[in-house]
Amino acid sequence: MDTVSQLQRQFVDHTTSLYREGFVDDQFTQLQKLQDENSPDFVVEVVTLFFDDCEKLINNMARALEQQQEVDFKQVDASVHQLKGSSSSIGAMRVKNVCVTFRTFCEAQNREGCLRCLQQVNREYSLLKNKLQTLFRLEQQIVAAGGTIPAVE
Amino acid sequence: MIESCNCIEPQLPADELLMKYQYISDFFIALAYFSIPLELIYFVKKSALFPYRWVLVQFGAFIVLCGATHLINLWTFTMHTRTVEIVMTIAKVCTAVVSCATALTLVHIIPDLLSVKTRELFLKNKAAELDREMGLIRTQEETGRHVRMLTHEIRSTLDRHTILKTTLVELGRTLELEECALWMPTRTGLELQLSYTLRQQNPVEYTVPIQLPVINQVFNTNRAVKISPNCAVARLRPTAGKYMPGEVVAVRVPLLHLSNFQINDWPELSTKRYALMVLMLPSDSARQWHVHELELVEVVADQVAVALSHAAILEESMRARDLLMEQNVALDLARREAETAIRARNDFLAVMNHEMRTPMDAIIALASLLLETELTPEQRLMVETILKSSNLLATLINDVLDLSRLEDGSLQLELETFNLHAVFREVLNLIKPIASVKKLLVTVNLAPDVPEYAIGDEKHLMQTILNVVGNAVKFSKEGSITITAFMVKSESLRDSRTPDFSPVPSDNHFYLRVQVKDFGAGISPQDIPKIFTKFAQTQSTKNSGGSGLGLAICKRFVNLMEGNIWIESDGLGKGCTAIFLVKLGIPERLSESKLPFMPMVAANHGQANFHGLKVLVLDENGISRMVMKGLLVHLGCEVTTVSSGEECLRVVSQEHKVVLMDVCVPGKDGYEIALRIREKFTKLREKPLIVALIGNTDKVIKENCMRVGMDGVILKPVSLDKLRSVLSDLLEHRVLFEAV
Repeated sequence: MDTVSQLQRQFVDHTTSLYREGFVDDQFTQLQKLQDENSPDFVVEVVTLFFDDCEKLINNMARALEQQQEVDFKQVDASVHQLKGSSSSIGAMRVKNVCVTFRTFCEAQNREGCLRCLQQVNREYSLLKNKLQTLFRLEQQIVAAGGTIPAVE
Repeated sequence: MIESCNCIEPQLPADELLMKYQYISDFFIALAYFSIPLELIYFVKKSALFPYRWVLVQFGAFIVLCGATHLINLWTFTMHTRTVEIVMTIAKVCTAVVSCATALTLVHIIPDLLSVKTRELFLKNKAAELDREMGLIRTQEETGRHVRMLTHEIRSTLDRHTILKTTLVELGRTLELEECALWMPTRTGLELQLSYTLRQQNPVEYTVPIQLPVINQVFNTNRAVKISPNCAVARLRPTAGKYMPGEVVAVRVPLLHLSNFQINDWPELSTKRYALMVLMLPSDSARQWHVHELELVEVVADQVAVALSHAAILEESMRARDLLMEQNVALDLARREAETAIRARNDFLAVMNHEMRTPMDAIIALASLLLETELTPEQRLMVETILKSSNLLATLINDVLDLSRLEDGSLQLELETFNLHAVFREVLNLIKPIASVKKLLVTVNLAPDVPEYAIGDEKHLMQTILNVVGNAVKFSKEGSITITAFMVKSESLRDSRTPDFSPVPSDNHFYLRVQVKDFGAGISPQDIPKIFTKFAQTQSTKNSGGSGLGLAICKRFVNLMEGNIWIESDGLGKGCTAIFLVKLGIPERLSESKLPFMPMVAANHGQANFHGLKVLVLDENGISRMVMKGLLVHLGCEVTTVSSGEECLRVVSQEHKVVLMDVCVPGKDGYEIALRIREKFTKLREKPLIVALIGNTDKVIKENCMRVGMDGVILKPVSLDKLRSVLSDLLEHRVLFEAV
C-alpha cells in the first residue's frame, strides 16, 4: 500500500504542479471528467492525438517559415489557428498562449517573430508532452498497483 | 353659122377689164375659202377642247364647196364646155345643200355658245368674291393671332402696372396707334384719372369727371365705341391744329373684385367700377376703324380686366398672408411668454416644495425621535401635538402641490402592472390601527371577478382609496366601515346620476367600482355638491381637521383615470357611501414571451441526461472534434462528427436535433453551411438547432451568427456544465442566445 499512496502522492503533486505552472487549465479537468467506464482511456487518446497533431503542425510551420523567398504566412496562420484550437480544446494553456502571440506575428508577417514563436511552441509542446507522459505513467502504475486515481481539486 | 359646140355662152358680153377683176377676185376668194378650213383643222387639232367637231366638219365642207364654186367660176368667164357647166351646177347644188345644213345646225349651236359665255362671266365673279373673303379671313386670323399674343403678354405677369403698360404697348403696336391711354377711376369714384399712356412717359395727371355723357355712353356697353377726337378723354396731345386727328375709339375695362367671382354668377352685372381705354388712330392717315379691329379692342379689354383681377387677388392674398404671419409671430410670442410663466411657476413650486418640505421633514423626524426619549407626560403631549401638526402641515403641502400639478394637467399617471388585491390589503393594514382605536370595524369585500393584477397608477389609486376610507373613519364615531370592490359591466356604467360621465368600455380595460360605506356623521343633501370643491368644508368637517383638499384631489385623480366619484348620503347622522369608478387596464398574459431571446442563461437546470439526443458536430480540428464528442457522449448524446462543411451537408438529416459547428476557421465560411442547412429543411420543426462555437465574443461574429439564423452561440472552451445547460435550454426553449 505504501507504493500506492506514494504513487498517489506523486500523482497529486504532479497534477497540482501542472495546474500551478499553467501547463493545463480547467479544460483539462473537463476532459478528465469525461473519462468513465465507457471511455476509460479517453484522456490518453485525446492527448496522444493532440501530440501527433502538434508535431505535424510544427513541422508544417517550420517548413513554411524556412522558405528563403516568400513565406506563406497564410498557411502558417492556418496551422497556428489549428494548433490554438486543439490546445484550447484539451486545455494546454501555455501552448495556447504562445499560439496567440504567434498569430499576431503572423498577421504582422514578421518572420523573425514567427520563428521565435515556433521555437517557443516547440519547447512548450515538448515540456507538456513530458509532463503528461509522466502523469499517464503514474496513473498506469497506480492502477497496476491496485490503487485508484485520486481526484485532484 | 354658129358652130354647134356644146359650149355655153356667157350670159352677158364680157367687158374685158371688169371680167379681169372678177376673175382675179374669184381666184382669191377660192384661195381664201380653201385655206380657212385648213386653218380650222390645224387649230382644232391643236386644241383638244373644242366640242363641236361635227359642226366644224360641216362648216369646212361648206367652205370648201364655196371655194370650189368660185374656182370653177373661173372657167366660166370664157367659152366653156358643157361639162364645166355641169360641174359648176353640181358644185353649186352641193354648196347650197351644205350651207343650208350648216345654217340649220348653227341655229342649234349659237345659244349654247352664248350660255358658255355667261357661265364664264359668272365664274369670274365668284372667283373675285372668294378672293375677297380670303382676304377677310386672313385679316381675322391675323387679328386673332395678335389677340392671343397680346393676351399672353398680359397674362404672363401678375403685376398690375406691367399688365397695363404691356396692354397699351402691344395694342399700339398691333393696331399701329398714335396714342393709347388708360383712365382709371379715382378712390372717390367720381373722377377718372389719366393713369397710363403709350407715348408720354409721365402723363400729366389729368382728371375728368366720370359723369360725362361720352363716358357714360362708353360705360353702358361692352363694345368699343367710336368717340369724337375732341372730347375730354381724347384730347391727350396738345393739338397742333394743322392735322386731322385720327379716329378715336374708347372701350370700358371692368375692374373686378374677388367678390365678383361668384360660382354661378358671371360678373357682368355686378361690377360698377370701370376704367376707360382710349385708342387713337394716327392722324392724317385716313385710316378707319375696321370691325375686326374693334373686336380686337373689345377682347383685349376683357382680357385686361381678367388679368387685373388676378393681380388684385394676388395682392389680397399676399396681404392676408402677411397678416397671418404677423399674427403667427404674435401668437408665438404669447405662447413663449405663457410657457415662461408656467415654467417660472413650476420652478417656484418646486423650490417651495423643496424649501417647505425640508424643514418639515426635519421637524417631523426630530419630533418623532424626541418621542422616543424620556419625556414627562406634559412634554409628551406637547411633542405629540407638534408631530400631529407638522404631519398635517406636511400633508397640506403635499396636497397643495399635487393639486396644482393636477390642475394644470402636468400630473401624469404612471401606468404599470400592479397587484390590485395587494392594494386593498395595504389600505386595510394602514387603516386598521386608527379604526381599532375608534373601535370601528373595517371590512374589505373583493368580488371574485376582480382580477389580481391590473394596469394603472398604483400610488394614486391607493391614495384615493386611503383618502376615501380615511374620511369614512374620520367622520364615524361608531359602527363599521365596509369597503366593497367589484368589476362593472358596461350597461350599468351608464348611471343616471352622473350624466356627464359616459364611459366607453373596451377590450383591454375594465372599470372597477369601489364603495365605502360608513355609518358616521353623514352629509346633508345641500352640502353634497360642494363636497368635492377644494377648500370647501361643511360645518361638521371643519371641526375634524383636514384641509378640505382631500376629496378635490381624489376627484381629480379619478377623472384622470377616466372614472367618476360621488357620495350618497341619506342625511345628517345617517352615514354615507362614497363610490368611485376607475378605469384600469387588463394586463396581458405574462407567460407569452414576446422576446425571441433569453438573455444570460442560468446554469444547471433542466435535463441532465440527453439520452439518445442525436447531435452532429462539425469541426475541422480533430482534437476539438474528439473533445466535443467526448463531452456530448458523456451527457448521453449520440454523436456524429464531420470535418468539413460538405460532409456536414451530406450527413445532416432530420434525426439530428442539434448541430454544433465551429465557425472560427479563418478563410472558411461556417455561416454559409448554416444557411445551406436551413435551406435543406423546409419545415421548421425538422430543422436541427444550429449552435456556433466561437473563439471570442466579437460583436461581428455574433451578428453574423444571428444573421444566418443560428439558434445560439457558445464560447470556447466548452465545459461539461456549460454544454449541459446549453443543451437543456436549447431544447426547452428552442432558442438560446448566448452562453459564455
